[in-house]
Amino acid sequence: MSVHSRDGTRPKEITPAEVQTIAAARRLAGARTVFIGVGRPSTAAIVARMVHNPQLVLVYESGTIGAKPFHVPLSIGDGELAQTADLIVSVPEMFNYWIGAGRIDVAFLGAAQIDRHANLNSTVIGDYAYPKTRLPGAGGAPEIAASCGEVIVIAPHSSRTFVERLDFCTTVGHGDGPRARERLGFSGAGPTAVITDLGVLEPHPESKELVLTCIHDGVEVEQVREATGWELQVAQQPAITEPPSDEELAALRELINR
Amino acid sequence: MAEVVELREAIAELVEDGDCVALEGFTHLIPFAAGHELLRQGRRELELVRMTPDVLYDQMIGVGAARRLVFSYGGNPGVGSLHRFRDAIENSWPRPVEIEEHSHAGMANRYAAGAAGLPFAVMRGYVGTDLMPRTTVAELTCPFTGERLVAVPALTPDVAIVHAQEADREGNVQLWGIPGVQKEAVLAAKRSLVTVERIVEELEPRPSGMVIPTWVIDAVAPAPGGSRPSYSLGITERDNDFYKFWDQVSRDREQFTEWMNEHVLSEVASR
Repeated sequence: MSVHSRDGTRPKEITPAEVQTIAAARRLAGARTVFIGVGRPSTAAIVARMVHNPQLVLVYESGTIGAKPFHVPLSIGDGELAQTADLIVSVPEMFNYWIGAGRIDVAFLGAAQIDRHANLNSTVIGDYAYPKTRLPGAGGAPEIAASCGEVIVIAPHSSRTFVERLDFCTTVGHGDGPRARERLGFSGAGPTAVITDLGVLEPHPESKELVLTCIHDGVEVEQVREATGWELQVAQQPAITEPPSDEELAALRELINR
Repeated sequence: MAEVVELREAIAELVEDGDCVALEGFTHLIPFAAGHELLRQGRRELELVRMTPDVLYDQMIGVGAARRLVFSYGGNPGVGSLHRFRDAIENSWPRPVEIEEHSHAGMANRYAAGAAGLPFAVMRGYVGTDLMPRTTVAELTCPFTGERLVAVPALTPDVAIVHAQEADREGNVQLWGIPGVQKEAVLAAKRSLVTVERIVEELEPRPSGMVIPTWVIDAVAPAPGGSRPSYSLGITERDNDFYKFWDQVSRDREQFTEWMNEHVLSEVASR
């Protein structure tokens, strides 16, 4: 897969990471507000503002609401976010008035492990008391996943990440399946999509188990099965991700090079 | 009323071995200079509290100053792991560190309860997670609606230390940009120190400015550049390269120790 660069010279291969980022950005076309962390989610949200949804309100955990970064920030608290925000709030206000009260439409989350019901681990690999790998911990994820309108998980697709059983449940996605979120009293819809570098998984409307509904151009279903640590459910006719348009790709690459 | 004093004097006066200390700052205004002074004075057995223990707490944990850590996210923002934090938890180096962890919402509400003088805060959260049985949180029922909620205990550190852009000679403080949880930390703590970039004749109101009056602060100490490699909006810039550099330095115990001795712990480093 290739496109011509804007000056019409050498075509450059489109990377799986680019496809993943653009697939995530497209999901924000109809959203009013998005909650984002650093890294790929932040890149995707900025691309969405550039291409798909110029009115999109970016909300960062640091308290910056309506930030309009020109660059991809390294941290969620970079000066550019504060300088371009519509308003800046304290952390208690962010979690109580904005996230907890359900004022954010979409949240992007990542994780070190994800299971078939889109529950997430960002705390430890191994035993909690004697971890093999100590990860950063919960941060804002549990309450973000509980209360934002919907959650989109962005993760690299490998059997290390997509596991049969989480070592630790940091953040509840769809719990143990049907109606788990209602039982726990969560107001948001929970994870509606998991976007990886291979394709898109969406929870089955009844069982809430993740189903492969879309694969990126050039990816085989078998490849996705192999990279998933449980017996993956696959839609009868998985869609193929529409390749990035010239406009999307140009915006993404320009952003990265700024 | 806050006394405007030298940083060295403020730390010596306010922080003792074994204290519960919160050096707050949410990516912005992190009180590095105060944390380093605390290490130079050899404070030990500390219970360190912070929502986002990043590079500063990595340094404090790595030299063995912490007995316990209360936190909600221990990472090098945008870069990756905190290697000294991980080494302490995974391998007890240089000493075992007891941990109590929460979510951000939990920590923020714990500070807010502390600031309000309440014993606990009420919120939605924790339920269904593996964190719930491993931390200080309790379920309760709303007496009005019957909704199931959770309570988190107030945080009331012995000392809160935060950094701000400026203070006047009376010790009234103004900070602007990302305010994090600094006001709550100061109000929740038994004692407090604010380090500032500069002392001004008169505080001039700023967009998004937050004023903390002198009469809720114990000490104000000038510390120009005192939030570096974090930043003080409008005065210094975040040194993103340092955060990346730290990922390298902190991987190796020996290299870390050498770096700390040279850049933080030596007398020369204090000037």
